[in-house]
Amino acid sequence: MNLQEYKDILHNGLWKQNPGIVQLLGLCPLLAVSSTVVNGVSLGLATALVMALSSGSIAPIRNYVPNEIRIPVFILIIAVLVTVVQYLMNAYMYGLYVVLGIFIPLIVTNCIVLARVEAFASKNAALPSALDGFAMGLGLTAVLGVLGAMREVLGKGTLFSGIDLALGDMAQGWVLHIIPDYKGFLIAILPPGAFIGLGLLIAGRNWLNLRAEQKARSKPAPSIAAPEAAQG
Amino acid sequence: MRRIARSTLQTAVNLVFFSVLATAILASTYFLTRDAIKKSEDAEKLKLINQIVPPALFDNDIIRDTLSIPANELLGTEGDTLAYRARLKGEDSAVVLESIAPDGYSGRIRLILAVRANGELGGVRVVTHKETPGLGDYIELTKSPWIKGFDGKSRAVYKDADWKVKKDGGQFDYMAGATITPRAVVKAVNKALIYFEQNRDKLFVVNEAQKESAK
Repeated sequence: MNLQEYKDILHNGLWKQNPGIVQLLGLCPLLAVSSTVVNGVSLGLATALVMALSSGSIAPIRNYVPNEIRIPVFILIIAVLVTVVQYLMNAYMYGLYVVLGIFIPLIVTNCIVLARVEAFASKNAALPSALDGFAMGLGLTAVLGVLGAMREVLGKGTLFSGIDLALGDMAQGWVLHIIPDYKGFLIAILPPGAFIGLGLLIAGRNWLNLRAEQKARSKPAPSIAAPEAAQG
Repeated sequence: MRRIARSTLQTAVNLVFFSVLATAILASTYFLTRDAIKKSEDAEKLKLINQIVPPALFDNDIIRDTLSIPANELLGTEGDTLAYRARLKGEDSAVVLESIAPDGYSGRIRLILAVRANGELGGVRVVTHKETPGLGDYIELTKSPWIKGFDGKSRAVYKDADWKVKKDGGQFDYMAGATITPRAVVKAVNKALIYFEQNRDKLFVVNEAQKESAK
């Protein structure tokens, strides 16, 4: 594997094949925990960690698992890793553990984890697989963070509320009150707000993509061909 | 036929191997994190208890000085709950009870409340609830100080008719648009105080096991 391929993996996870707004996998946590930035990013990072670990540990054993039982074995490994992460959070990040609650064990059922294991880790070596899992997880984290920020500012008028749960008491004063004396906008906090916000994000991404495509097309053809020729 | 049987067996052995490996990893993580989990759970509980029973009021190990209370109609509980007992120099100073308000706007509201030895409320906190965010959730201290309205109240001063929201002729505030939630909480707190009155002798009893461990 050369550097370019690693770059492609990162680009795929974060933008081109972003699980949150392109593949639309893993919508359950996306809608449920994205009510604040801290919740969204925390669960996103936990998912990214699980994805990196599961893809990285399944890739080296992929040739020893018979094809017929690969799904149960993969799920077993993912479930073990999620439970380990859950124990660790329960022990060392109790406040956050309580806030994320049921959604931590639900990482097991998040289809993006198994999807990457099936689509990538079961065909590639350990290192690129771990990177792929992590990049996809980061892509999801980014969407959860942006969606969380949108919903939190609109719904509660704050940013980073609850950050002391994630980073300890020293972060207590880090909450930003973007709109003082805000009465709140309920629909942004409730599940419909998550759907609407996600729709806007997908639309925004498509718009950016279309614009980039048009730009590429409007340019005279030789200017695109030239650098490729130079590379070759 | 034999070949199929063999490959099936191999597959089964393979699956068993991974299951055993998974169990081993899980078991060791469990044992490694068990003490830390217990510690952080106790710390969290103590933090909540300290909000309603100031540390100046007790010098005993309140997390361990507990009494198991069977399901009770006045507390709204359907299983055993724990009462935490605060003592200062051997004198009973307060007890922390769990109570459930069954009639919130969307289901149960779990509360803990501290009752001082003189029957006054040390304070009430909501542990979990499913009330509408932005409407009924002002019962949480992080959203509004409403729940502090219970501090220092007792049934010696407020009679049954006072344990209602102002809209129903009682003494407790509410916010327009969400009266069902505070109504449920006020009712549950009053019932828990009645429970305390009826059972105060039992609540502070030191049980034999604790006497032993105190020696």
